[in-house]
Amino acid sequence: MKKIAILDYGMGNLRSVQKAFEHMGAYALLSSDKIEIESSDALVVPGVGSFDDCVINLKKDGLDKSLVEFIISGRPFFGICLGYQVLFEESEEGTQKGLGIFKGKVARFKNQEKIPHMGWNTLSLTDNGMKCPVFKGIKSGDFFYFVHSYYVVPGDAESAASWTEYGGCFASSVSVNNIFACQFHPEKSQAKGLSIIKNFIDMVER
Amino acid sequence: MLAKRIIPCLDVKEGRVVKGVNFVGLKDAGDPVEIAEIYDKMKADELVFLDITASHEKRKIMIEVVRKTAEKCFMPLTVGGGISTIEDIRILLNSGADKVSINTPAVKDPGFIKKAASIFGSQCIVVAIDAKMRSAGLWNIFIDGGRTPVDKNAVLWAKEVESLGAGEILLTSMDADGTTDGYDIALTKAVSTAVRIPVIASGGAGNSEDIYRVFSEGLADAALAASIFHYRKLSVCEVKEYLRKKGVPVRM
Repeated sequence: MKKIAILDYGMGNLRSVQKAFEHMGAYALLSSDKIEIESSDALVVPGVGSFDDCVINLKKDGLDKSLVEFIISGRPFFGICLGYQVLFEESEEGTQKGLGIFKGKVARFKNQEKIPHMGWNTLSLTDNGMKCPVFKGIKSGDFFYFVHSYYVVPGDAESAASWTEYGGCFASSVSVNNIFACQFHPEKSQAKGLSIIKNFIDMVER
Repeated sequence: MLAKRIIPCLDVKEGRVVKGVNFVGLKDAGDPVEIAEIYDKMKADELVFLDITASHEKRKIMIEVVRKTAEKCFMPLTVGGGISTIEDIRILLNSGADKVSINTPAVKDPGFIKKAASIFGSQCIVVAIDAKMRSAGLWNIFIDGGRTPVDKNAVLWAKEVESLGAGEILLTSMDADGTTDGYDIALTKAVSTAVRIPVIASGGAGNSEDIYRVFSEGLADAALAASIFHYRKLSVCEVKEYLRKKGVPVRM
């Protein structure tokens, strides 16, 4: 069985992500050990909290480098919430630079809707999203659980796998080569969320 | 489009659900974990556990309940009751709760909200407000489970907790609570329009129409209910079907 590492860098409740992966039959471990991460078949980066704390915590033990090296190696990568936002260059939430894997920034909702954007919202899958194996069996209109005040503005709109409407449209997920990352929480999105996790596991096992 | 949320709430005392839940096929009417699993399958949008355990020592039981629930239910879980320190919050979040709801300690020390939000993020800090009408259009708040009146205007307090970093408000009308005559629409609307954070309306749900009205007229973002779901008067699905037909966005 393949080994999936869930990056433990002191941000939020990683346990629920691990539980969801285990529930879907994966061998998933929480780790902040560079060697362990390097030897894993896939890497998951969750995260709840603020952008700056996220970057600072990642940099503290050089985990940011492990993360970038892992992505470059071409193995499957799954970013959730802050683990999605941090892949971009910068955020209006803080002053720290993001990892810059993708061009683009993270902006605060400025519409008239309530903040945080909290609750169940739908995805509109893009052509890119419809080809994405992680979205197998998922269709536009399916609901996922969101909780965030900032949203990703990808430099390359083609990288978006789905859009979600909240007083305007934002990229609720991206899919590029070995990277899948999303703003919503699959680990909190009941059956649909678990099926995304299962699709990712299947991709790793292949 | 963002769906309006339907949130069942379980009162839990020393690890047992108070006033057992009446579901067909339920092995143990008092087991919060088993009941949570059923609500998970019914596509409840979130769950709230309210710990009404009186003794401080026995509160540890709740942590175990949260841990077991988080192993089986992959949906948002809020835990309230008896949370008064940063450490209390940390333990509950690490056990699998997604949000904590704080009432009395927030009123006694508003700085606690600010501190908790700065450490854990606003998204997991819910402030619970128990409000009672003093005169038309004016509500005061109560603490200590509704036992102690506080000279604070509910709408102003809601604005204050928003500015302190609360991510959501759980608003209970003490006048409507337990009546099943419907939510306090005026109170819900007054609070929901005063703040820019989501408001969960609570207290008074008796049927689907009540829930429809608290969304359409009360402008609530979510509706919490206990007895109508527990006693099978209505299922979560039936309520959502009713709302959908009336044009309210819900997750089916």
